Amino acid sequence: MNLFAQAFAWLFAPERMEGTYALPTLLGQHLLYTVISVLIAAAIAVPAGWAIGHTGRGREVAVGISGAARAVPSFGLMVLLVLVLGVLRIPEAAVVTFVLLAIPSLLAGAYTGIEAVDRHVIDAARAMGMTEWQVFWKVEMRLGLPLLVGGIRAATLQVIATVTIAAYVNLGGLGWPIIQGIPLRRFEQVLGGAILVALLALLVDLLLALAQRMAVPTGLRTSSRDRSTASVPASS
Amino acid sequence: MIEFRSVAKRFPDGTVAVDDFSLVLPSRQTTVFVGSSGCGKTTLLRMINRMVEPSSGEVEIDGESVLGKDPVALRRSIGYVMQNSGLMPHFTVIDNVATVLRLVGVQKRAAHERARELLEVVGLDLALADRYPSQLSGGQQQRVGVARGLAADPNILLMDEPFGAVDPIVRADLQQELIRLQRDLDKTVVFVTHDIDEAFLLGDQVVILDKGARVIQVGSPSEIIDNPADEFVSAFIGVERGRRALRIKETPHGRVLVDSEGRTQGALVEDGG
Ligand SMILES: Nc1ncnc2c1ncn2[C@@H]1O[C@H](COP(=O)(O)OP(=O)(O)O)[C@@H](O)[C@H]1O
Ligand SMILES: [Mg+2]
Repeated sequence: MNLFAQAFAWLFAPERMEGTYALPTLLGQHLLYTVISVLIAAAIAVPAGWAIGHTGRGREVAVGISGAARAVPSFGLMVLLVLVLGVLRIPEAAVVTFVLLAIPSLLAGAYTGIEAVDRHVIDAARAMGMTEWQVFWKVEMRLGLPLLVGGIRAATLQVIATVTIAAYVNLGGLGWPIIQGIPLRRFEQVLGGAILVALLALLVDLLLALAQRMAVPTGLRTSSRDRSTASVPASS
Repeated sequence: MIEFRSVAKRFPDGTVAVDDFSLVLPSRQTTVFVGSSGCGKTTLLRMINRMVEPSSGEVEIDGESVLGKDPVALRRSIGYVMQNSGLMPHFTVIDNVATVLRLVGVQKRAAHERARELLEVVGLDLALADRYPSQLSGGQQQRVGVARGLAADPNILLMDEPFGAVDPIVRADLQQELIRLQRDLDKTVVFVTHDIDEAFLLGDQVVILDKGARVIQVGSPSEIIDNPADEFVSAFIGVERGRRALRIKETPHGRVLVDSEGRTQGALVEDGG
């Protein structure tokens, strides 16, 4: 209990707003790395996942790549990349790691989203005379969006967690007070940092969970079914 | 006029859905393909709008092979009503009906206006226009499907067991509306069903099919009932036993016709009497 009080005291101390390691700076770094990495990963994985989902081809390759990428220990990869690229390229090495980490979830979100769309609906869209692009854009992409946003959510949270450890290679971010505090036995600082990371993760998760719900097309929301009991006079 | 010439379809897995099918479907008439499940009816229908490509043979519309046409343009020019409606779950009713019009470039306002007309044509309340398919009953969804098939005013309307999934009372209602619609619209309708009563009710030309879309008999309903090609047809249409096997019963008020269950189906009226 005492430690928590100390942690909050640390968090709200005026020094936390000053210097190179001011909390807003660390938070900004953390978010910036997360956003840049997820965006780069999405630029690669989402079109690839959509192409796989639409054509039904290349699924095995995607599963293989995702499995391999998931098996690579991200911290080890990051240290390796830092050693290979040199200490002047820490941000690049870190971003490459985060991108690799985010790709499997995004890829899976994109292609499972399309795979989960009712085949009859896709068939009907094509039978109406939609071009392949229209089938994808007006039907598959829209109906697959909730699972894609789910993939974005999973990827973002993984990256937020891993950016925390990246403080070890001197990247900054909210992991810095934790990594720096452990050897110095400043546990109020370690706990303060951990609280911030946890809050950030919770907040982002909440926002993306909301986005995921909003991505469900109106006609498929369960609540819309309740209104079907509202009476409109109609034959059959 | 639609013409099938020695059409065959073998799917990649080896299934021969259509063996060797030839038939002329006259313009502005309703041709019904009837046969048990899996006999190749849907495959035949989908070869007309190139949703299925024949393995061999030709399908022609007014003398032109469909294989020479752009599939997307072809499909937009042919109405298609599916079993289980095939509506877009994320489009409102009005947007579903307007789909093809929007695809061919009609402005949204004009497309919606036309779509609203069609909702009335198929007997749907306009209050349903902004609903989603999941908020409609099965019968209402099928009506929306029919409206969508008619929206771009196609010459040809393909209907694949459109009333198969609705309850019998609603089905009878929808069948009557289709008969009424067809009187006004005069389309070339190709209708698929496994229900022989529905086939006789709706068809100008009825085609009874067996496995591999083998034609057992083609003719008007009267021709088939008057002269079934073989025992399979007799059994299928129920002229030996069932509702169409009628015999005369004398009553104090004259002669009536009863079916094999003993239910009275009608009175016998003598010609010139
Ligand atoms: N895409 C397909 N691939 C393989 N076999 C198919 C395919 N579509 C239909 N079939 C088979 O072809 C036969 C005819 O199918 P279908 O035309 O759907 O029959 P129906 O509409 O009369 O029930 C069935 O045996 C069915 O299993
Ligand atoms: Mg069928």
